[in-house]
Amino acid sequence: MVEPSVEFHGVSLRYRILAEQGITSFKEWAIRWLTRRMHYQELVALSEVSFTVDAGHAVGIIGHNGAGKSTLLRVAAGILRPTRGTAIVRGRQAPVIELGLGFEAELSGRENIFFNGALLGRSQAEMEARLDEIVEFADLGEFIDQPIRTYSTGMVARLAFAVAVTVDAQILLLDEVLAVGDASFRIKCQERLQAFRDAGITILLVSHDLDGVVQMCDEVLWLDRGAVRAYGPAAEVVASYRASVAEGPAVGGAIEAAAPPG
Amino acid sequence: MQATAVPVLFNAADERLTVLQELRDLVDHRNLLWNLVRRDLTVRYKRSVIGFFWTMLNPLLLMIILTVVFSSLFRFEGIENYPTYFLSTYLVFGFFAQTSNQSMASLAWNGALMKRVRVPKSIFAVSTTLSGLVNLCLAYVPLFVIMLATGAPICLTVLYLPISFLLIAMFTLGVSLLLSALAVYFEDVQHMYQVATFGLMYMTPIIYPITIVPYKWLFVIRANPLTHLVKLARDPVYGCTLPGGHVILASVAAAVIALVLGWVVFHRLARGFYLHV
Repeated sequence: MVEPSVEFHGVSLRYRILAEQGITSFKEWAIRWLTRRMHYQELVALSEVSFTVDAGHAVGIIGHNGAGKSTLLRVAAGILRPTRGTAIVRGRQAPVIELGLGFEAELSGRENIFFNGALLGRSQAEMEARLDEIVEFADLGEFIDQPIRTYSTGMVARLAFAVAVTVDAQILLLDEVLAVGDASFRIKCQERLQAFRDAGITILLVSHDLDGVVQMCDEVLWLDRGAVRAYGPAAEVVASYRASVAEGPAVGGAIEAAAPPG
Repeated sequence: MQATAVPVLFNAADERLTVLQELRDLVDHRNLLWNLVRRDLTVRYKRSVIGFFWTMLNPLLLMIILTVVFSSLFRFEGIENYPTYFLSTYLVFGFFAQTSNQSMASLAWNGALMKRVRVPKSIFAVSTTLSGLVNLCLAYVPLFVIMLATGAPICLTVLYLPISFLLIAMFTLGVSLLLSALAVYFEDVQHMYQVATFGLMYMTPIIYPITIVPYKWLFVIRANPLTHLVKLARDPVYGCTLPGGHVILASVAAAVIALVLGWVVFHRLARGFYLHV
């Protein structure tokens, strides 16, 4: 039996933040500290989140803004450490939290491929082996040797997507990436994701596109104010989420203000 | 699907914020470190033709200005070959000041990156220090040219410089880690530090000899770790001597204390970066 790709056991994430928002200067902080006017507030971003994702499954993560979707993805990516609980990830992952991340305007497209690959933790040798494939997928012609600053937004997105989907990974973490780009780019993304699913790669996908989630995912995780509201077959969970939204708009609460997604 | 069990990539519960863990992370990301350093250097030298020569030209022009000022306007008794005297310390002080200032900007600038990829957060200070070291080594080329041109002797003691550089880099990295962590929380730290570096330069015997300092202020100059660290770089170049035992001792102490303190404070604060960048 294959072990699950992702296991969350009672994962909680709390922040202690200053109640007075917006202390960004040292002078102000020093004055407040000296006058003992410091009030901390506990902020719960994730509370007791438990779920497992079997290898090769695609899981959609839905919920209102500020429900903790991006936070959960970042815990799975190892960017944030949970305050309590266990998060286990098996296999190499490619986080695609945002396209076009970590490009340097002065470097050429080719140089940026290596830089981006290094950010994703890939070795120089591996990127060299994949270079031709990435260049071909991005299909930028002569521009590949020009500095990125000469690129259009669409060209940058193409290069970023090419790097993200070409590096070797067993787990893909996607945060709203399907929301960017034009229609043809979106179709290209979706085709590629389908190919990943067929290849048995585990996918965690944060999305507001409910129809897309039902179509793409096996299971759906519904987060509400940092806690799991429902986890199960995609169509069922999305249906009850839709019913709940129809009852009345809920608000994400304080989490939104302190940890904006994106 | 793969039949063999895939190894655990990470288990968040096992992760401890230890120095060792972060060091291991840095080693794992050595390819990124190398890429960051290369990016710093390429971006710096790529855009302008004189970019590369600027590193060479900068000390030359500085020397001309300072030689004019301090040979004609202010004069310090007993300093022969003032350009060498000045540059042999100013270059390493410049490395310290630039690196620590850039580390703050670099961490804040790369904040978006830290939120989206798993990288050891200290990697930005480390890469800034490393690219600063490359620039420092390049800046010694014009210094040696100036020394040849002005007839100053170049002795074998310059072979001691790598040790000086190592200790200065350790100290610089420690200060950079400390300041860049604070700068994430407080925007004004960076502005305050720019003024502080200006003051620090005059608290360090760089443009003047330590002999002109009045006795009652001498303890201030001696308490400044940079006083000893710049002497570590000056002695082998200007004066052809190896640094004395107490200079080495003070420098090693300053380097180790700064690095440990910087590393510890950085990791205490790193947990909250997410809310501030």
